[in-house]
Amino acid sequence: MAAQQTKSEILLEVKGLKKYFPIRKGLLRKLIGYVRAVDGVDFYIKQGETLSLVGESGCGKTTTSRCILRALSPTAGQILFRTGDGTVVDVAQLPKSRLRPLRREMQMIFQDPFSSLNPRMTLFDIVGEPLLVNGVRNYQERVDRVSELLRMVGLRPEYMRRYPHAFSGGQRQRIGIARALALNPRLVVADEPVSALDVSVQAQILNLMLDLQARLGLTFLFVAHDLSVVKHISDRVAVMYVGQIVEVAVTETLFNTPKHPYTEALMSAVPKPDPRLRSKRIPLEGDVADPANPPPGCYFHPRCKYAIDICRQVTPQLREVAPEHYVSCHRAKDLDLAGVLSR
Amino acid sequence: MSNNHDRPILSVRELKTYFFPDEGTVKAVDGVSFDVYAGKTLGIVGESGCGKSVTSRSILRILEEPGRIVAGEILLRRHKGDKPGIEVDLTQLKPNSPEMRAIRGDEIALIFQEPMTSLSAHYTIGNQIMEAIRLHRNVSKKEARHRAIELLRQVGIPQPERRLNEYSFQLSGGLRQRVVIALALSCDPTVLIADEPTTALDVTTQAQILDLLRRLQEERQMAIILITHNMGVIAEMADEVVVMYLGRDVEKGPVDDIFHAPKHPYTRALLCSIPSLLAPPRVQLPTIKGAIPHPYNRPRGCPFHPRCAEVITGLCDVRQPQPVTVSRQRVCCFLYNEGLIAVEQT
Repeated sequence: MAAQQTKSEILLEVKGLKKYFPIRKGLLRKLIGYVRAVDGVDFYIKQGETLSLVGESGCGKTTTSRCILRALSPTAGQILFRTGDGTVVDVAQLPKSRLRPLRREMQMIFQDPFSSLNPRMTLFDIVGEPLLVNGVRNYQERVDRVSELLRMVGLRPEYMRRYPHAFSGGQRQRIGIARALALNPRLVVADEPVSALDVSVQAQILNLMLDLQARLGLTFLFVAHDLSVVKHISDRVAVMYVGQIVEVAVTETLFNTPKHPYTEALMSAVPKPDPRLRSKRIPLEGDVADPANPPPGCYFHPRCKYAIDICRQVTPQLREVAPEHYVSCHRAKDLDLAGVLSR
Repeated sequence: MSNNHDRPILSVRELKTYFFPDEGTVKAVDGVSFDVYAGKTLGIVGESGCGKSVTSRSILRILEEPGRIVAGEILLRRHKGDKPGIEVDLTQLKPNSPEMRAIRGDEIALIFQEPMTSLSAHYTIGNQIMEAIRLHRNVSKKEARHRAIELLRQVGIPQPERRLNEYSFQLSGGLRQRVVIALALSCDPTVLIADEPTTALDVTTQAQILDLLRRLQEERQMAIILITHNMGVIAEMADEVVVMYLGRDVEKGPVDDIFHAPKHPYTRALLCSIPSLLAPPRVQLPTIKGAIPHPYNRPRGCPFHPRCAEVITGLCDVRQPQPVTVSRQRVCCFLYNEGLIAVEQT
């Protein structure tokens, strides 16, 4: 799907990624089915950009990001990652023993800064641990690098000997970011990095991420459910629904001219911080489809107000309707959907 | 204003709730006043630690030790019980007195933040709703059951007869929150306190729950106190807004004025710092410098002054501003108070 992109631009390309979790029951743990958490996902991330995965809980966005980091082993599909020396490796197929060098290049920022930092380790231990594991044995070297990292994320290096409990939520998230950046990764996966923070602190962390990206040329895969945050930070956005990507586009295009009914409904559901825009929302009835037992045809059709016969029978494929705008909807061409500004 | 309908149902006056742990005093709520009217929604916004949840717990008198209401009044105009129309001061009642227990759940109900933890996993949903009904109403089990089914239907739960016999962990987050709402509504409260009712939910479910609350409010003319940190939810739901910071109501007024003509520097900064769906992507957000101070470390003077962009040194860090009326808002800030101070000094 990335045919017209020059190959050198693409840092990560995911093709047909699937992750099924078995459902077992009874004394003999008999296999009775699969939860299709990720069910055929294709996307790519270009060097230096931020791609966001959005969707409701249970749509598979976190599972996708974990497969990319190989915290989970995918059931099928390819995860092509271009390493620092220019070779392309398929992360999905690598044996565990060969993952170590790759871990340096892919790092993660976690959601909850209160549970993701070890309370018994000082900042120096937390941020310096990845350095030690990856062969920086010299103590002074580590001290220097840790102070540099702390300064970079807006913390004072003098705090190095303190423990996480002495810091507020926003500061802890900065510590988590410093640790993630310790080894100069090329791809940073941020799973809901600001959803546990207060609004005034949220803005600080988002600004920091934008700033670090500009300075260090980082590439972010940003996983979030808050569309306002996603709009704020992303170059491109991929919308997921029940383990599949339903729409990918450049941020502004996606928010102004969505092509998938689910994207439209998702955006109209976000409360706008302006009482004059109390909107006629598109009520999305019912619940998210069960990923263990998805409906036939388009997974979204039971909740879609535009559904026609074909939607109930044939599963739509993700196809390009405009440059860099991919939609999986049978009616993408003939629907005129409302963007976020048109109300 | 003398008309009975224009009088507030619930009126909080200079409420102060302090906590007294061994390490010192935490002034969780330090002088908050607001009125709640029938059929209207009062939104309380603020970041963590601003005292919004403690305010709601003070109203219901379910404060945990070592918390105590040290000053102020909470006046409730009673609609039920033996003396309807009489105003009672809830701060004067014992938390476990029969009168307070009759008010709690019957006249003032609470929707908790976490639908996961606010329902018992050991009893069926029906059991929990019927218990609430039978606690406040003298009805038979059969009647209570009918009423519980009716309630579940009203909050939009499909097949209520079947759901009644299920446990909370068998339901999705959205359905569970609907059950919590049904439980809160079981005795037809006049005041409903919703403490972050949609924070744990997805946006699409959140939209459903907000629509539901609005519909129920129209049908029953309930007063709703909506506590949240989400400015979008406030803009969508509230008629009046109270903005809280470190236990003080720094600004309050009609929702339109709060969003379009905010007066207090904190309100202005808060509104600027939220990423909006309406803003262009990838621009630096204006931020509020620093972080919310630790509760033991409350700044002197105006609690917001160390983070305020318009701080008046020598004034804001010394004295606590008193509320003044600026157009349609009440604001606690010296920016609007200078005249007053000059008068005081002469």
